Amino acid sequence: MTQLEQLRTAGYDFLIDIVGMDWGPDEGLGVIYYLARSYDVADTISVKAVAEGGRENPSLPSVSSLWDVAQVYEREVHDFFGITFSGNPDLRRLFLRGDWVGFPLRKDYDPSVNHVPHTDETFREMDGEGLFAGDKYVVNFGPQHPAMHGVLHLRVSLDGEIVRRVDPHFGYIHRGVEKMCESYTYPQILHLTDRLDYLSGAIDRHGFCLACEQALQTEAPPRAVVVRTIFDELTRIASHLLGWGSMCMDMGAVTAFIYAMRDREKIMDIFEETAGGRLMVNYSVIGGLASDIHPNFQRRVREFIPYMRKMLREHHLLFTGNPIARGRMHGVGKLSLEKAISLGVTGPAGRASGWVNDLREVAPYAAYGQVEFKQKIRTGGETFDRYIIRLEEIESSLHIIEQLIDNIPDGSYAEKTKAVVRLPEGDFFQRVENARGQFGIHITSKGDKTPYRVKFRSPSMVLVGALKQIAPENKVADLIMLGGSLDYVIPCIDR
Amino acid sequence: MEISRRTKIKNIPYEEFNDNEYLEKYVAELQQNGTNVILTSFSDLINWGRSNSVWPLTFATSCCGIEFMSMSAARYDFSRFGWEVYRNSPRQADVIMVFGTVVHKMAPVLKRLYDQMAEPKYVMAIGSCAIGGGPFKSSYHVVQGVEEIIPVDVFVPGCPPRPDAILYGMMQLERKIKVQNLFKLPDQPKL
Repeated sequence: MTQLEQLRTAGYDFLIDIVGMDWGPDEGLGVIYYLARSYDVADTISVKAVAEGGRENPSLPSVSSLWDVAQVYEREVHDFFGITFSGNPDLRRLFLRGDWVGFPLRKDYDPSVNHVPHTDETFREMDGEGLFAGDKYVVNFGPQHPAMHGVLHLRVSLDGEIVRRVDPHFGYIHRGVEKMCESYTYPQILHLTDRLDYLSGAIDRHGFCLACEQALQTEAPPRAVVVRTIFDELTRIASHLLGWGSMCMDMGAVTAFIYAMRDREKIMDIFEETAGGRLMVNYSVIGGLASDIHPNFQRRVREFIPYMRKMLREHHLLFTGNPIARGRMHGVGKLSLEKAISLGVTGPAGRASGWVNDLREVAPYAAYGQVEFKQKIRTGGETFDRYIIRLEEIESSLHIIEQLIDNIPDGSYAEKTKAVVRLPEGDFFQRVENARGQFGIHITSKGDKTPYRVKFRSPSMVLVGALKQIAPENKVADLIMLGGSLDYVIPCIDR
Repeated sequence: MEISRRTKIKNIPYEEFNDNEYLEKYVAELQQNGTNVILTSFSDLINWGRSNSVWPLTFATSCCGIEFMSMSAARYDFSRFGWEVYRNSPRQADVIMVFGTVVHKMAPVLKRLYDQMAEPKYVMAIGSCAIGGGPFKSSYHVVQGVEEIIPVDVFVPGCPPRPDAILYGMMQLERKIKVQNLFKLPDQPKL
């Protein structure tokens, strides 16, 4: 704890992730903290802490006073491993129901004790000690709500139509991916990474391949590196289009959604032709690509770039200049730079607050080192900044693709890997910039063909933390818009 | 054959559909005790209307929901088939299309949504997760297919299924609705 305090004073103000660990009966339970400096997010440091009190009452001091985001990360570790964080005010279960028995990510967890429940979870079980005790009017949003972008459950305390407090409630799509990874081989896990943040599936999968390649000390051939980068950027455009469309729909503009989906279909066509899948491209594999690109790929992408530029102008004409939309977005939901860093809000939302955190520029991976690319930064931190930065990023993604599409190197598309992939012993951490922020992959390997522990850092989880921060004192109608402007993907949060 | 007349889908011949045997068996079951000519033709008329204006509930938990969005957008446009609009309240919906994984915590919610829908109601399980747990079958927190919770009429496999596949599944449900006797709807199975 003192060590972490010192690091915090030394400028490590960005807590990337807290990875809960079960090192087995000898070493006990504990966590790994990943830290970085906000002005240099490439420079990371990890701190390992072993919990005291054995397996019965494991406990650690809380770091939620140093980093705001630690509060929710500690809740997650508590939920999965049963570690108590002394000093954390709110240690309810995060994903699982209040009546869940046991801690699923411990190695000695017995899955046969929990069955499909037949009754709804009561408010008391969600609440603990009456979180909303003094509030008069508490409204449920979700989990079945069209504007929630998935199965997020928000409980909102209202005063008239002004939001006073928001309590997000996760877990309605918690599939236990991290536990499943422990029994799957590395090539099998690849199929699960696509399905976390399905809108940036190709990017997440790319990240996992990079983590494995880093551990195996191999590199994908140059052709694969460039094609992967193009796929990532196309995925990002598709994701931002959908994010833009659904945000506009949240504000009542259904036409914008139809326009966004129309352009997205063009990208889906390109994906389908080369990779065989529309939404789930399943294209990167450890050591390269699953197959070579389709002969039409380059021509199609070349045709897509001017088309998308033209349509982007149309999108601006349709919605950006609309006085009603501008009026609603300006001055609403300000997220300050300090809060964005403390909450770990990476990606477009963080960059809209002025935080230089795009890994493509500050810690280039894949082919991003070869291209001219400057990340988009805005300083307002308001809803409009978060809205416009997505459209600007579509433009910069097109610029990246433009530089790469004519320069795809010849050669093989995949490195030969062994039939059974075994990672060497050790901990590996890899981050990639997906459409919502920094997606992190932590792998602990013991040298087997299956990993000992896999943890994914979800950029969407911190975005919901940001919603909790910016929603109070706004109107309830704007709560939906704020959610749209943050553009979170719930299955990535719940994993 | 009489059945082919009643399950007519525009521009697609009866023979081109899969699972015709299922439908024939279903009709035979429904007509076991004989049919009333007047009521049957009245049923046919109403079913013609019913099957062409089925409104789905938006129930999307994960990935497949994005294909649902594609399906409702301009290229695939399910409004062409009279499925028109999706409803956000179960009380106004005719069919619940289960897109995506259903987990333990969501199971009671799905059951409650189903219970809130008005009869006659239908369920489509879309995507491998909704059919049988899909890639998450071995998880500790995933329901092994929605049939554990609610009865399913049509399954559409895929991970995620293409919008065309979902449209085909919708047509199959339309055919099923067309042969039903409005005055004697089948009992809801006990689970």
